[in-house]
Amino acid sequence: MSAADPVMAVPNFLDRDYRLRAWLTTHDHKRIAILYALGITFFFFLGGAAATLIRLNLITPDGALLKAQTYNKAFTFHGVVMVWFFLIPSIPTTLGNFLLPLMIGARDVAFPRLNLASWYLYMGGGLFTIAALVAGGVDTGWTFYTPFSTMFSNTNVFLVVAGVFITGFSSILTGLNFIVTVHSLRTRGMSWFRLPLFVWGIYATSLVMVLATPVLAMTLALIALERGLGVGVFDPSLGGDPLLFQHLFWFYSHPAVYIMILPAMGLVSEIIACFVRRRVFGYRFMTYSMLAIAVIGFLVWGHHMFVSGQSLYASMVFSILSFVVAVPSAIKVFNWTATLRKGDITLEAPMLYALGFVGLFMLGGLTGLMLAAPALDMPLTDTYFVVAHFHYVMVGGSVMAYLGGIHYWWPKITGRLYSESWARFAAILMFFGFNLTFFPQYILGYEGMPRRYYSYLPQFQVLNVLSSAGASVLAVAYLLPILYLLWSLRYGERAGNNPWNARGLEWQTRSPPPKENFLEPPVVQEAYAYDQAAPNAGAPPNIGTQVSGGGPGGGTASGGGAAPTGESLQ
Amino acid sequence: MNPFHMLIPEASSLAPRIDALFWVMVTLCGLVAAGVFGAMMFFCVRYHRGHRADRTGWQAGSLGVELTWTLVPFALFIAVFVWSLFLFADARTPPADADTLYVVAKQWMWKVQHPTGQREINTLHVPLGHAVRLTMTSQDVIHSFFIPAFRVKQDVLPGRYTQLWFTPTRLGTFPLTCAEYCGLDHSKMGGAVIVLSPAEFARWLKLHGTDLSLAARGAGLFRRSGCGGCHGSNSTVHAPALEGVYGRPVHLADGATVMADERYLHDSITLPNGQVVAGYAPVMPSFAGQLSEEDLLAIIAYLKSISVPSNGGEPP
Repeated sequence: MSAADPVMAVPNFLDRDYRLRAWLTTHDHKRIAILYALGITFFFFLGGAAATLIRLNLITPDGALLKAQTYNKAFTFHGVVMVWFFLIPSIPTTLGNFLLPLMIGARDVAFPRLNLASWYLYMGGGLFTIAALVAGGVDTGWTFYTPFSTMFSNTNVFLVVAGVFITGFSSILTGLNFIVTVHSLRTRGMSWFRLPLFVWGIYATSLVMVLATPVLAMTLALIALERGLGVGVFDPSLGGDPLLFQHLFWFYSHPAVYIMILPAMGLVSEIIACFVRRRVFGYRFMTYSMLAIAVIGFLVWGHHMFVSGQSLYASMVFSILSFVVAVPSAIKVFNWTATLRKGDITLEAPMLYALGFVGLFMLGGLTGLMLAAPALDMPLTDTYFVVAHFHYVMVGGSVMAYLGGIHYWWPKITGRLYSESWARFAAILMFFGFNLTFFPQYILGYEGMPRRYYSYLPQFQVLNVLSSAGASVLAVAYLLPILYLLWSLRYGERAGNNPWNARGLEWQTRSPPPKENFLEPPVVQEAYAYDQAAPNAGAPPNIGTQVSGGGPGGGTASGGGAAPTGESLQ
Repeated sequence: MNPFHMLIPEASSLAPRIDALFWVMVTLCGLVAAGVFGAMMFFCVRYHRGHRADRTGWQAGSLGVELTWTLVPFALFIAVFVWSLFLFADARTPPADADTLYVVAKQWMWKVQHPTGQREINTLHVPLGHAVRLTMTSQDVIHSFFIPAFRVKQDVLPGRYTQLWFTPTRLGTFPLTCAEYCGLDHSKMGGAVIVLSPAEFARWLKLHGTDLSLAARGAGLFRRSGCGGCHGSNSTVHAPALEGVYGRPVHLADGATVMADERYLHDSITLPNGQVVAGYAPVMPSFAGQLSEEDLLAIIAYLKSISVPSNGGEPP
């Protein structure tokens, strides 16, 4: 891969046009991904700052640090920022944006200008949210339950609702863009069942974004109508129904959980395949289960409302559907585990993150099963058990996966290698810090400590101190990658085009990729061809030749003598 | 059954039944988690690159394996679902002999009325071993009535009545908390449930007794608010008679039929034109704002008392 290679003469997407103006008007999906990454990182640490206040305050039973009102604003801000300005956009808009066209052999997404517009909408929504913070914050909780949010709170509900409303359109447009991209821009040979699982995850999540987010927009608009004009929708004193709000809100917000986790599932599948050097076990079941989650995920919202006053029969239906939606998640966990069997495993940092994801997501999912049973949900809901449950899924799951993905594709995006030992250390520290923070919260919840309490009974202190101690470990683990990744930009070794010896189209082009991604459209013959030699091993980096030379008899299992049986399901 | 007994007692008839399901789930989930973690670690060591291990026979998938780990968890889920469902149905169905207490939630306190007229704030005195049914409403935002030691929780909503029941099985004082975020002092919206022996409870009732039972207070409110002027038997205004109305189906002007339950009676007082009885003109004025939620509950208790055939109603 000497500099004399003709393809190396093509400038990469970072090389030209350094000016701010060029970045802010770019249509290149890779640059837009980086714009998003900057925004998302900013909001992650902003939401993290709010979490720090919460955990510091909860070290003592009487909440020594914050006043009740400040505490209420802190957890509201933490929730709003982390859900809408970090978790939902995190993987799709950064890694999804960067990788989707590369993975399907396209030059860009279907609507590059719309892609940029989506970023401006995201940032615009973010500005409203920051404005709400500057104006004094908001104290409704991220769930905006009525009639508290419409008639009783005297904080900046309008500003925050406007921020979420606007950023919701960024979600809708991004989802639309990705759906069209996957349908129309796949390169030759990239049939649906050759798509990388990450593309499937992004595709499934895009469907949910497009179908669910408009309901959120309507719900938020109704809040504004009731709060601003006194139109009775949710407040019973105006003739409204507060449960209507919960139905509408969770009709979006439960699928939103799948918006957060589906891309993570896809992403982890890529990492595991690479570091096991095998095709993911049960590829088709993996795709079907992601689609099943996306579809059934729309039908389970009432499990947030078992004690709300919803009828017993409604609870029954939502309960069984919640168990049903857990089946595809279970399938995925078993398939990831089975992929490891008879593999050729190495444990680089991205793999540690991916394995951490599988473990923590599984614990979050299993405790989710308990909450799906109404008889157990009755004592556990609205306690720290629920807080622990969704942090296991969203932070242990989605954030671990996101960071795993950042590490895995960092050499592709930047062309540099980070310090492997620091990265492994951070991944392990994060796993322990996470468990120390959130496992005690399961016990707190079982013992009956309600969530959103700025003070608590003295018997809960030991577990709260443990949790806060874990949070400080977690904070260090989250700051470390910022340091060594930034360091690598300047001092990191050059990565080469395919440092992990991975398959997949994005590794066929150079690192960082040229603006056009590929000079000629690549042709795909097989997905996850880990049983075959890297297509361009020793050859000039491929920007256009065939991806895998999987001709007849071309494949032999790398570990043993037997030829791969192929997937019996295919 | 409960390894955390020291921290959280099982103090109601439901608590051990819910804990049984909880700990079975914890055990099952723990086994699954341990199995998957164990397998992951085993594979990562055994099939680490450079480790000499038999890697022949690797497969990229297997329909039989996939179906096994689809159907086995699914069957387990169904079993848990059915168990949980029966338990939840019990938890939602008060026994017929339960005493009804009325709870009104407001930012940030719990107000309780006993049928015999005693009223308390942020405490709830109940007798050991006797089923208690709470009929609850909120006068502002949504709250949630949660007694961890009893394992029961129910949201308390403005504009409707929700129910919760329990049978205390242990003497003592147990924390009562609000579990649904309700604004500034949500964390302080708590209190205590005090379980007394039946004899002590009777003494407590007597000590805090008032002249008026809840229904009698409701009767007074009924009279003072002028309800009898139209609903009385010798009234010249054409209004439905209320004797025996509670618990009876009512035919509405729009053709629908509703059960005259607590919520129907409540809404008929505060939003009288929402559900007009068939054959009557919508002439009743709203009493919203004139009667507090506690007063409304007293009036409903009175209307219930004149709907019970056996005692024929208390003297107004």
